[in-house]
Amino acid sequence: MGHMFWLLAQAVEKTAPEKSASSGLQVDLPKVSADVTEAVQAWLNLPTNILLGVVLATLAIATAVSQWLQRRPPDNINPALIRRFDLRVRAWWLMCAILVFGLLLHRIGTVVLFGFVSFWALREFITMTPTRRGDHRALFWALVIFTPLQYVLIGLGRTSGYWRDGSPVDFYAIYSIMIPVYASLFVPARIAIAGDPKKFLERSAQIQLGLLICVYALSHAPALLDLRLFRSDGTRWTGSNAGLLFFFVLICQLSEVFFWLSGQMIGRTVIAKDISTSRTWEGLLGGVLATGLVGMWLWWVTPFEIWEAACLSMVVAVMGFLGSMTMSAIKRDRGVTDYGSLVLGHAGVLDRIDTLCFAAPVFYHLTRFFFSR
Amino acid sequence: MAAVFPVKEIISGPKLVPLSSDKKLTGATIAFLAKLLSGFTVRWVNCAPDTCQRVYFANHTSHLDAVVLWSALPRELRALTRPVAAKDYWGKTAWRRYLASSFNAMLIDRHEIKVHQSPVDTMLREIGDVYSLIVFPEGGRNSDGDMGEFKSGLYYLAKKRPDLELVPVYMDNLNRVLPRGEVLPVPLLSCITIGNPIYLETGEPKAEFLKRARESVRKLKDG
Repeated sequence: MGHMFWLLAQAVEKTAPEKSASSGLQVDLPKVSADVTEAVQAWLNLPTNILLGVVLATLAIATAVSQWLQRRPPDNINPALIRRFDLRVRAWWLMCAILVFGLLLHRIGTVVLFGFVSFWALREFITMTPTRRGDHRALFWALVIFTPLQYVLIGLGRTSGYWRDGSPVDFYAIYSIMIPVYASLFVPARIAIAGDPKKFLERSAQIQLGLLICVYALSHAPALLDLRLFRSDGTRWTGSNAGLLFFFVLICQLSEVFFWLSGQMIGRTVIAKDISTSRTWEGLLGGVLATGLVGMWLWWVTPFEIWEAACLSMVVAVMGFLGSMTMSAIKRDRGVTDYGSLVLGHAGVLDRIDTLCFAAPVFYHLTRFFFSR
Repeated sequence: MAAVFPVKEIISGPKLVPLSSDKKLTGATIAFLAKLLSGFTVRWVNCAPDTCQRVYFANHTSHLDAVVLWSALPRELRALTRPVAAKDYWGKTAWRRYLASSFNAMLIDRHEIKVHQSPVDTMLREIGDVYSLIVFPEGGRNSDGDMGEFKSGLYYLAKKRPDLELVPVYMDNLNRVLPRGEVLPVPLLSCITIGNPIYLETGEPKAEFLKRARESVRKLKDG
């Protein structure tokens, strides 16, 4: 399977230069466009496919273990724990399948996929928070206009069109500020126009926070695909940005596991017992170190040096931890255990992506600052 | 064939009239869109989907209520269930009439109620012994989340046809999807709870029955 993708990547590589030649009517295309085709060439390269293979194999092993545990439960393990493990493995399969499906559909597919995830997460977020009748139009803007617009801008990215002087259009300048500037100023104004002053600040803050976390923050994950990455020694990185995105999502998911495991094993001091009884300082430390180690071990998928991969993984882990802590606080405030229980029988998307949401913008901007030109 | 004809004649009232295929397609599209827009989940509590004749009665908070509740039923039941809708809204233009007929709506005139064509009689005549009904006994939509008093139609339905199962339904969050006076829906998530059927007790006074019916819907909100 992995080999097939590799061949596919090779085929794209062969056809790509012809394409750029036929569309090169404009006199002197800036150098950037050549780099963009270069990024297209390496959509899923060998290291990425190896990583995908490793993850799928790990999941297969996890499924086998979970099945075996369910068949003949050992006496010293809590059956509820086995059940939870099984549910978790299933959720990972689902996430992995969705992500791989998106990646197979290339850049646009991945962007659209994250767009749907954002939309669903914001839907859950707003369903959970109390809004008033006067918020209706503002909510319509948030869900139906700003959310798709953000992902359309991400999708346009840096590969679509040129200004009149021939310099390429980079939509980064719009999508990096669209929600923090335009949406977060527009939402309170729209609520004010609707004319209901009751709990005005709370209501605007809810919608702003929902847009910020579920849409703006998460959209930085597919935005990784548009970075032109360089190694820290200044050479162009020829790897796959899709692989970097997969690395990021994987590190986030693994950090959740490590936090849980180290919390179980060495957890003593609970950080905030009214928010979460299972999150401890020791668990945080152990989880961050473990994530750093794994990230270091996976450096070959990324443009980073070994120590850089370790540092960035630890930053991702810390941000993910803060994310799940924040979402727990919101859930506690609203009196729900998880977003999935809002509406019976549907899995809470927001529960699965809270770590991704907080880690994505920080990972994106650190990578952009240090590794892209 | 000859054996079939007499049987048909024996059954009184209207038969199951299958919709034309374009209306079936429109109906399926409506159900799909309703699911997409209102993101509903359906909970059947102490009640299972059944083709027996029923009256689903629910709280009314949004224009979408009738369509959404109809869409929430399994496909086989949708063909057998007719939401009662206001003629002054759904009968206004040809397009609305077409839509209404594709989700099997029974249009009832709210304004011209006469002795010989009371809405209850019309409903009973139209459902025969095939169809189920979806009714909203509060009469109008409620702008705040609170439920209004039930109108007496439900009581007369139960009195004239004691064999009908009266199924309470609570529709949560739909007033946020499309509140009163709004045109554009906000696609939030909603929840539809379908509860244990109730019946009219022998000799039960009207007011008491209506109160009990209202309570049965309200109970689903908490449970």
